[in-house]
Amino acid sequence: MDLSLDHRFEKDNILVGKLDDLINWARSNSQWYFQFGLACCAIEMIAAAQPRHDLERFGAMPRASPRQSDVILVSGTVTLTMATRVKRLYYQMADPKYIISMGSCANSGGPYWEHGYHVLKGVDLIIPVDVYVPGCPPRPEALIEGLLELRKKIREETPLRKVS
Amino acid sequence: MELAEIITRVNTAVPGAIVPTEDDAGFIQVEPKHWLKVAQLLKDDPELRFDSLMCITGVDEGPEGRLWAAYNLHSMELLHKLEVRIFVNRKNGSIPSVANLWRTADWHEREAYDLIGIKFKGHPDFRRILLPYDWEGHPLRKDFETPDYYRGMPVPKDKRGWE
Repeated sequence: MDLSLDHRFEKDNILVGKLDDLINWARSNSQWYFQFGLACCAIEMIAAAQPRHDLERFGAMPRASPRQSDVILVSGTVTLTMATRVKRLYYQMADPKYIISMGSCANSGGPYWEHGYHVLKGVDLIIPVDVYVPGCPPRPEALIEGLLELRKKIREETPLRKVS
Repeated sequence: MELAEIITRVNTAVPGAIVPTEDDAGFIQVEPKHWLKVAQLLKDDPELRFDSLMCITGVDEGPEGRLWAAYNLHSMELLHKLEVRIFVNRKNGSIPSVANLWRTADWHEREAYDLIGIKFKGHPDFRRILLPYDWEGHPLRKDFETPDYYRGMPVPKDKRGWE
């Protein structure tokens, strides 16, 4: 008789696995995103959430409160006035929190990179970005790709162990 | 009503208000000190009746040039248009506010102040409209210099390592 763990409980409806995997599975399949629809990218983000592209099949669902969300989706031009709010709301979110920067403006300042006195040249100057989605604006498919990349990233995490 | 007739009419009611310009300029230039009277006339005169202020545009021509505001007026009743330009002193000049005559002027004047830095005297609520309250300077002025930091956030693009 094989006494290794994964065979011992085979007939008792018991699965043996890593708790890390369970946590990552749960986290990566419920990316509720905090919608920062700041400019025209917001239209594509909305289109991605609508039935045709249907972000909810990936467990991603728009939220309007930092308390309920796991991912910040910065879609659009981050003006300096808005940047203070983005930063503040980022610190109000509970861990774990991830950030997707969508579109050229949020990535690097976009068309305002030289003469925009009022635009932050990339949202990564104030908060740590996990995934950059390029485009001006990116199509909904690109945003979905970005979300799937983030999902891959989350699945490689080890929330219970510290990696040296 | 044609522009020449409007000029004659304003000149007879408020003598010396209009600064003579070229004939085909297409606008009238008014001295700031006469502007309130002229505005009142333009609005109330039965032959003029400019009941709608469409836009106020602030213009800065650079440190050596002029600083001025253009008012675009339209009469819904008589269907004629007029552009009024008022030039101000760059250092300490101001224009009397017409926010009490045309309500549109309220936000337009605040915008011209916010971005160009033209001051409007007698405005009911004179503060910045678009930029944050702690912003320094008027960014659409030609001599405006972008600050390096705003509340700890870097403003100009970091181009190190580009070439």
